[in-house]
Amino acid sequence: MVEHRPWLTALTHAVLIVGCLVIAFPIYTTFVASTHTLDKIASSFPIFPGGQIIENYRQALTVGSGEVGATVVRMMINSAIMAFGIALGKIFISLLAAYAIVYFRFRFRMTCFWMIFITLMLPVEVRILPTYKVVSDLHMLNSYSGLILPLIASATATFLFRQFFMTIPDELCEAVRIDGGGPIRFFFDILLPMSRTSIAALFVILFIYGWNQYLWPLMITNDEKYYTVFLGIKRMLDVGEGQADWHIIMASTMLAMIPPVFVVIFMQKQFVKGMTETEK
Amino acid sequence: MEKRVIFKNKVLPYFLVAPQIAITLVFFIWPALMAIYQSVQQEDPFGLSTEFVGLENFSYIFTDPIYLNSIKVTMVFSLSVAAISMCTALLLAVMADRVIRGATTYKTLIIWPYAVAAVAAAVLWYFLFNPTVGMISFFLKKMGVDWNFALKGGQAMLLVILASSWRQIAYNFLFFLAGLQAIPKPFIEAAAIDGASPWKRFWTIVFPLLSPTVFFLLVMNLVYAFFETFGVIHAITEGGPNEATNTMVFKIYHDVFEAVDLGGSAAQSVVLMVLVIALTVIQFRYIERKVHY
Amino acid sequence: MKRWGLILLAIVMLFSFSATSAQAVTEINWWFAHGGRLGEKVQSIVSDFNSMQNKYKVVATYKGNYSDTMMAGIAAFRSQTPPHILQVFEVGTASMMAAKGAIKPVYEVMAEAGLPWTPDAYLSTVTGYYTTSDGKMLSMPFNSSTPVLYYNVEAFKKAGLDPDKPPRTWSEVEAYAKKLVAAGYGGGFSTAWISWIHLENFSAWHNAPFGTKANGFEGLDTEFVFNSPLHVKHVQNLADWQKDKVFVYGGRRNKGNAKFSSGEVAMYTESSAGYAGFKKTCKFPFKTSMLPYYKGAAGAPQNTIIGGASLWVMEGHSDAEYKGVATFFNYLSSPAVQADWHQFTGYLPITTDAYYLTKGQGVYDEKPGMETALKQMTLNKPTANSRGLRFGNFVQMRAIMYDTLEAIFTGEVTAQEGLDDAAQKGNRLLRKFEKANK
Repeated sequence: MVEHRPWLTALTHAVLIVGCLVIAFPIYTTFVASTHTLDKIASSFPIFPGGQIIENYRQALTVGSGEVGATVVRMMINSAIMAFGIALGKIFISLLAAYAIVYFRFRFRMTCFWMIFITLMLPVEVRILPTYKVVSDLHMLNSYSGLILPLIASATATFLFRQFFMTIPDELCEAVRIDGGGPIRFFFDILLPMSRTSIAALFVILFIYGWNQYLWPLMITNDEKYYTVFLGIKRMLDVGEGQADWHIIMASTMLAMIPPVFVVIFMQKQFVKGMTETEK
Repeated sequence: MEKRVIFKNKVLPYFLVAPQIAITLVFFIWPALMAIYQSVQQEDPFGLSTEFVGLENFSYIFTDPIYLNSIKVTMVFSLSVAAISMCTALLLAVMADRVIRGATTYKTLIIWPYAVAAVAAAVLWYFLFNPTVGMISFFLKKMGVDWNFALKGGQAMLLVILASSWRQIAYNFLFFLAGLQAIPKPFIEAAAIDGASPWKRFWTIVFPLLSPTVFFLLVMNLVYAFFETFGVIHAITEGGPNEATNTMVFKIYHDVFEAVDLGGSAAQSVVLMVLVIALTVIQFRYIERKVHY
Repeated sequence: MKRWGLILLAIVMLFSFSATSAQAVTEINWWFAHGGRLGEKVQSIVSDFNSMQNKYKVVATYKGNYSDTMMAGIAAFRSQTPPHILQVFEVGTASMMAAKGAIKPVYEVMAEAGLPWTPDAYLSTVTGYYTTSDGKMLSMPFNSSTPVLYYNVEAFKKAGLDPDKPPRTWSEVEAYAKKLVAAGYGGGFSTAWISWIHLENFSAWHNAPFGTKANGFEGLDTEFVFNSPLHVKHVQNLADWQKDKVFVYGGRRNKGNAKFSSGEVAMYTESSAGYAGFKKTCKFPFKTSMLPYYKGAAGAPQNTIIGGASLWVMEGHSDAEYKGVATFFNYLSSPAVQADWHQFTGYLPITTDAYYLTKGQGVYDEKPGMETALKQMTLNKPTANSRGLRFGNFVQMRAIMYDTLEAIFTGEVTAQEGLDDAAQKGNRLLRKFEKANK
């Protein structure tokens, strides 16, 4: 703040408040809708929460809606498995790969590096059909391995770790050597503990990424047992005949948004760090 | 780039790097090569007959009005989303940079929508604008607007743009704020002492110093609008009405799963691949420069 | 002697063991696309079949909507693990037919199984869609429906119209609609599946061709001709009728159903299979009648064609398994099963026996609406223009039709321009299909 102009400060706060309200508005209406009966939603536009909250959420969690046979509980479990699987899987193999590339010299080192780099340029949207075919040939359709494995080769995580490893002082490595330890000792005793913050940051980003996946589960699952929560919600919208079960859809959406939002708000610091560093 | 200290093991590195390379080969490289191969073949859905046809698939799609339309739609869509979310985010970031009280609260409140999935954002906005139960559509009708995005292409476009921008504001806000806070205070103070108003200071000093961030975000926003917004379109408009929201990615998906058009979708995938590579190269070239800035 | 007796006994026992293990249950995989209540019904049909005999076990799996199911079938075929039976929607018929190495025609399956089977028992208008021009059945119809006109009895009374005199011609529809709007209703009529009802069925109902070569039955070199003066007149009418709310566009597929069930519009053209849904959601009494037609058109009313899906048999299985498929198909076609399926779902029965059985049970006296569809479909013997459609890449064509009609309804183009444009785009697709399947 350079000079003291009260009206400007007031204006600044006003703009921010309006901004926050506008951003929060859709969520608020969704929340309100999830607490009313379907008839109330269809006939008027409730502004304040109603009393149906327990009933709606209970129904969403245990029964589901319309033609979608899976319950929200089931779908959230699937989303969670997918999100955790992807986050942990990516972190694990990227740590290993980055370690190999930074601390070792082997014949195909640069080839591996470029191969990993190329994956940045090949998001799934660019190879929809062939990837589907590969997954199908490996009989991994409608399975957790199919949901998780193809998504865990990530260049961003590998590069993040690579950047980080490059900043680790050589003296630490020497120290382990003098102690008679080899690369494995070094990895577990020094590298891993020091990478904790990066791992945490990445975990937040990757968990959100995995939880919010849509195209990939849409492509490779058609068995309701494996639906992830957003897929299920979209299918709830797909009802042709009558009215969509808006109250259930809204309740399900609220439930589906909770885990990632929770993670972002409570791990905000790691989230910000992760975002700004992975983009470099 | 070279580290002075390395380990001498010859076999261990291969084991370490194996999982990543294996997955990369099986699920990325191999399918990408397949897409290129398939784009020059004429193949029926069941794989019973395959015929090499050179660049015919490409000539077909580039004379297909629907495909050309999807390129246009994608461009309009991406630029709109980038413009709206970046301007809003910049405004909020500038404001947030100025306040001291409540800074963290504002920051949290603006950032968290990033955690919301594209599809969820779509559902939220769809609900607000739904002709039957939507609050905003009710007001629009009251104001005399004939709101029916199932029929009016422009309205459908507006809806998906809004839903997609809403999410991106958080992302852009984060980077703008970081960028603003990285500007050395002495520059601004000097200008203030010289008598420049906040408005003038912004445009002559702040914005130019922020331009690397702006450029970076522009590229990132374009990539986002290209790819991550599939969910929004699939959930609300499914490419309609009349191809108004038929982006390139959505068209590929449709051609694979509904029309089962192998050659055509592969050709489109290859075109998209070229585009992504171009964007990524620009991004990396630019980041490299930025690091040396 | 005793020793020989023991050895003989051992040999007999050995044989009987291997014989029983050779009689292990043959599994048959059926991939279908019905969810919800319909899916449950499918499973109950399957479990009835399984419990009635112990040679075959049908395992039915829900694979998602029609597109998902077809895609799953294709992928499975390509990874050499196809199901035995695949349910494919009618627009996929041309693609399935062209996949000669992937499918086994039903008439072959039934003939080779050596089981008694009478192709004549089937309603020709239903099977015609899935039969070659020389009468050989390629796939088994399973769920077929045809469009009818639903109308709100209460609304009719309110507008001073006789509920027992539904509109027969389009000019009557217009007149009735205006009265309904005057009586306070939001619109005269709306529709579901607009291209299926108002272009494809419209052609058949008026004995006008939708495409050349008997709508594609007689050759891959077919071309679209739905931009004829009659079609243009109808579509232009629909567009113009929006002004006075005689017609209100409800969106793609059956998104407009809510307009009828909420009472917003008083008349609605939709599949006969929508009957069950409306029975649940409409809070007013409604009736069904045959589709309206243009009085001046020669040949109208002819008969309508079906929509829905059929069951295809995939290649790559053993003769024993195909025999199981044939046995199951016979079961599916039996009058009791068909009559039950028809009454539960509103889909048409595929055999004459099932039709008469249902009639005999008095079902049509209770629910006359269900018979409308059948009567309309069997009104006349099908001509070259009304047996069905067989166009390649037709899924993409339907999307083009929706786009075109929407552009016409928003006034962006006239009906003539739009239909000409659609025919052109569609012919491109047809040529592509022809080339790929030479």
